[in-house]
Amino acid sequence: MSFDESHGAPKGSSMRTPLGRVRNLGAAHSGTSDFWRQRITGVAMTLLMIPVIVIVMMLLGRNQAGAAQILGSLPIAVILLLFIFASAWHMKIGMQVVIEDYIHNEKLKLISIMLNNFFSFAVALASTYAILKLSSGV
Amino acid sequence: MQVYRWTLTMALSIVHRATGIALYAGTLLLAWWLIATASGPAAYSHVQAFTGSIIGRLIVFGFTWALMHHMLSGIRHFVWDLGYGFKANEREALTWGALIGGIVLTVLVWIIAYAIGGGR
Repeated sequence: MSFDESHGAPKGSSMRTPLGRVRNLGAAHSGTSDFWRQRITGVAMTLLMIPVIVIVMMLLGRNQAGAAQILGSLPIAVILLLFIFASAWHMKIGMQVVIEDYIHNEKLKLISIMLNNFFSFAVALASTYAILKLSSGV
Repeated sequence: MQVYRWTLTMALSIVHRATGIALYAGTLLLAWWLIATASGPAAYSHVQAFTGSIIGRLIVFGFTWALMHHMLSGIRHFVWDLGYGFKANEREALTWGALIGGIVLTVLVWIIAYAIGGGR
């Protein structure tokens, strides 16, 4: 939060003026990096879609032992981990955009964004843990 | 809202958001399924009981459609990001393509799923 440090006499050794610090960041205060990551993760998931559908098809109608065996194989685990990582990131950014568009109360907005981060991270971590557990065969 | 004529692209923009939000919630189902598989046969049978039920099947069908539609609608956005498809007829074509393509892919995926025995 470098904005706060810019109030009053500059204490730090930063050469950047207040304008220099905020330029190109826009209304979201974070620039266009989320926009770009939203595209990267979207393209990644589009490329992974066919392999992921094939994996789900392979699992249909199987019992737990069969499903666990398939999900534990290395290429399948890697594909699913990539998909989980991309989708968690993508949905975190997407939901943040929705929150920023519709929630105008600043406190409520920050709380929603925080909960969004928690949810996305928790879902990703839980799914990742499950796949790693299946891969290690415990 | 009062000053713009309601257009297909506007409606589909809302659908893109709505499907995105639905998929967001749907990840809980995917996480539950993966954790259940890692937990053991008892937990897995709960998931199977749910996905085998009528309501569960409807939810998974809805999830499939949301995913297919959101993907195609997203590809439409990539085309626009690259600077193509902004003419009125191209916008409409891309949007209809996403709408129809999403339904076709969903039905196709479910036909294949049933054909290889997932319906049992």
